[in-house]
Amino acid sequence: MKYLQNTGMGLFVLAFLLWLSMLGVGSYRLTDNVIRKSIPDSSHYALLQPALQGMINNTYNSKFTFIHDFNYAVNHVNDSLKTANAWDKVIYTSYIFPVTKNASKGPLTQHPFTFFLIILLTAITGAFLYIIPEYTKGPPGIRNNHIFHQAMTARGWIGIILGVLLIFFYILLYWYPEYITNWVVLMDPLSEKLSGGPASQWFLYGFFYTMAILVMGIRMLLKYRHNKYQRIRTYSVMFFQTAFAFIIPEILVALNKPYFDFKNIWPLDYSFFYDYHLNELISSGTLGWFMLIWGITLIVIAVPVITYFFGKRWYCSWVCGCGGLAETLGDPYRQLSSKKLKAWKIERWIIHGVLVFAVVMTAVTLINYFSHNALLGSSTNNLHKWYGFFIGSLFAGVIGVGFYPLMGNRMWCRFGCPLAAYLGMVQRFKSKFRITTNGGQCISCGNCSTYCEMGIDVKWYAQRGQDIVRSSCVGCGICSAVCPRGVLNLENLSEKGRLKTKPILIGNNLEMDITVVLKKED
Amino acid sequence: MRNIVIIGNGISGITCARHIRKKSDDAITIISAETEHFFSRTALMYVYMGHMKYDNIKPYEDWFWERNRLTLLYDHVEKVNIQQKDLVLKSEKNISYDILIIASGSASNKFGWPGQDLKGVQGLYSYPDLQLMEENTNGIKKAVVVGGGLIGIEMTEMLLSRNIPVTLLVRETNFWDTVLPLEEAQMINRHIREHHVDLRLETELKNIEGDERGHVKSIITKDEKRIPCQFVGLGVGVHPNISFLENSNIETDRGVLVNEYFETNIPQVYAIGDCAQYRKSLPGRKPIEQVWYTGRMHGETLAQTICGQRTAYNPGPWFNSAKFFDIEYQTYGTVTPQQSENEETFYWEHENGKIDFRVVYEKMDHTLIGINSFGFRLRHKLFDKWLQEKRTVEFMMEHLAAANFDPEFFQKHERSIVNSFNEKTGNKIKLKRRSRIKELIRG
Repeated sequence: MKYLQNTGMGLFVLAFLLWLSMLGVGSYRLTDNVIRKSIPDSSHYALLQPALQGMINNTYNSKFTFIHDFNYAVNHVNDSLKTANAWDKVIYTSYIFPVTKNASKGPLTQHPFTFFLIILLTAITGAFLYIIPEYTKGPPGIRNNHIFHQAMTARGWIGIILGVLLIFFYILLYWYPEYITNWVVLMDPLSEKLSGGPASQWFLYGFFYTMAILVMGIRMLLKYRHNKYQRIRTYSVMFFQTAFAFIIPEILVALNKPYFDFKNIWPLDYSFFYDYHLNELISSGTLGWFMLIWGITLIVIAVPVITYFFGKRWYCSWVCGCGGLAETLGDPYRQLSSKKLKAWKIERWIIHGVLVFAVVMTAVTLINYFSHNALLGSSTNNLHKWYGFFIGSLFAGVIGVGFYPLMGNRMWCRFGCPLAAYLGMVQRFKSKFRITTNGGQCISCGNCSTYCEMGIDVKWYAQRGQDIVRSSCVGCGICSAVCPRGVLNLENLSEKGRLKTKPILIGNNLEMDITVVLKKED
Repeated sequence: MRNIVIIGNGISGITCARHIRKKSDDAITIISAETEHFFSRTALMYVYMGHMKYDNIKPYEDWFWERNRLTLLYDHVEKVNIQQKDLVLKSEKNISYDILIIASGSASNKFGWPGQDLKGVQGLYSYPDLQLMEENTNGIKKAVVVGGGLIGIEMTEMLLSRNIPVTLLVRETNFWDTVLPLEEAQMINRHIREHHVDLRLETELKNIEGDERGHVKSIITKDEKRIPCQFVGLGVGVHPNISFLENSNIETDRGVLVNEYFETNIPQVYAIGDCAQYRKSLPGRKPIEQVWYTGRMHGETLAQTICGQRTAYNPGPWFNSAKFFDIEYQTYGTVTPQQSENEETFYWEHENGKIDFRVVYEKMDHTLIGINSFGFRLRHKLFDKWLQEKRTVEFMMEHLAAANFDPEFFQKHERSIVNSFNEKTGNKIKLKRRSRIKELIRG
């Protein structure tokens, strides 16, 4: 058993190192064909082609030199345009990613699918060899042994290294994709099968995102094989990620329809009301209009109505992609979220701040759209740029996932997601959902709070016999699962008395002055 | 403003302090030599197993105490002077009081076995015990745990989490059968063995043998079997921790003797929690109650008295819970291991042998006396209500669906339980659907 698991771990690490080493394989050679293919804009092509003559047909063994030389040439062109005051000709489009990718030469470009398959299968085999024995070796039950003893899960050196690597990955993905073109090259065959086109860095990301949810979803299914709520919920996030976030959008592209994730909802999907997106939908016939109406229906009807009946969990821990990753890949890190009162105070400011930002930005965008740029012309672009940089990329990606092993798996959902804020307001003020505490059975052990990924101090409520109504609760149900005394249960009950539930600890027949209790201990 | 001093920062003392603070502005000082802050004693095992850190088992953040003006004193009370109304502390400070609340908890039992003070032999009650166990079990190959009760099985589970093989010695015929009826006790026997524990029933410890370094190397059972081991966990119960009260004139027996108001023989001196012993026990309750919940209720009750509303201890129906490895246990009302002759019992067990349900009721009028549930969860509020309202077993069966507290999508057992009950008793009870009795759940 131990041997099998060590082999698995070894294989996984091997695949991971192979994967990293892919970045250094091959060489780069710029040809006129490559330039033509990568720069479809003919005026840009005409401007850049002469400046790139020095690079043409040279073989670069170093990616860094290649990128440097190309950027230098582009900057040179732009500088002379600026000196000549030809501002309208300055090239703002970035071509460095397609150029680098298309200029790649070497074994990867010749046999991308072979490399892809070997690495993927090695990684998956390794992962399962480790995971399956780990969660099936004993009778089913809660197995949280040594979570706080291990460097991987207790913010030890492995966790820190992993966090740093994830952060690096996101920085490259968002801002320097030209450095990871070799990985994207490996994804080309699969992308061509699905959508008919070559892979982008986003295809690479989407594929690995989905694989992470599937593989770690199976881990979740095994870990909670005694808990049907957890199993169904995990199947749900695995399904929505694979079908709705990954496959359907690719098929839409193959059919020449707009790329569309039917489960992504504004304001998480912050570009839904951007002018280019609206134009794209409107110009795509019936399907486009359907997508537009579908998206608005989700915002206006689905979110309040479904949240009223079931709480925000229907989205956050059953459907959402960010939630799906947090509940699978992020599950080993849920205990790292801060439960301090102070963290809750900060959380409320930041998450509602992001919501306000998203709403204002969208309002400005729409005013701008309907007034045909008469009002607020370029300010929307600036707003989009800032939101995309700080919220869409830095917060949701770099911090949201990069910080899994450092500060828990729901950093984004808890502090940043504007949709979570919206769902949370409905859950807090108009919903049947709450976590019920079971009479006087709480022993303040702290398991519920410890394993709450949203950093809710669950036991604070349970130990005083108060039901938990919190806007941030994503209803993952782990508090109920880890409770050793059967105290917590996720329930949809009548709204009556939901917020004013008197804290009552059953067992002692004495009338206590509840109002005083509430005032002093709040 | 009175000066209230509480000895002990466990659940009893802390609950009492919190409830006094809610109603009064008295000065409150809490003294403990165990830890600086209140922690959940029942959660110590999870720290050893790595489910949590020590910080996670503290029910309140550290700022809580100052903000609620609860002064914490990390010190040991050596002596109580009734006349001067003051306490002598280990730090040689004296501290005076107007009202003294003794909530000093328990200490582990040792029954005079030869070798019981060897290194590697210990109980598990306090935080220092946990630290000691960490040290004592570091790198060992084999452990023996003595005691077929809650602490015994906890220590067993802890040791297994470190891959240390355990032999569990149980004096009784089945695990915890001083509390559990036969079927339940046997179910737990099976589950313990499923976890590869060498469970030895009807086996008692005779003596413990040490090596030349004074460290345990083996134990001998009463049937003269030697079991080599480097650690012996004693889970054979606890006794009130009151040795510091010797010669204080506060009347004690096994615990500090109190009436139903937790008043000792000395005015303005009270005792609650594990260390208190009722002069006259309440019907169906033991004179010393050593449970988290009773400690909490003692604290709640005494706080009323201290704040001017003299209140007798009046607990509702008994309840308790535990978890044996993966099987959760809840009990409401009184279920004794053997039913008396005016009691009737019905037992149901799931085919997987890990879930069961028992109800005990009056033979004459079928009034509910108590229930046990293993492997599934039941709603405390409803059983408390039904027991207080003296409902019949038939009523309970009819409404059982409302009492289910398992998470959504879990297999429901009510129908199977009611069918089996009908079969055994010739009743024709129809289980009411959960959606029909929603008002019970909401209550």
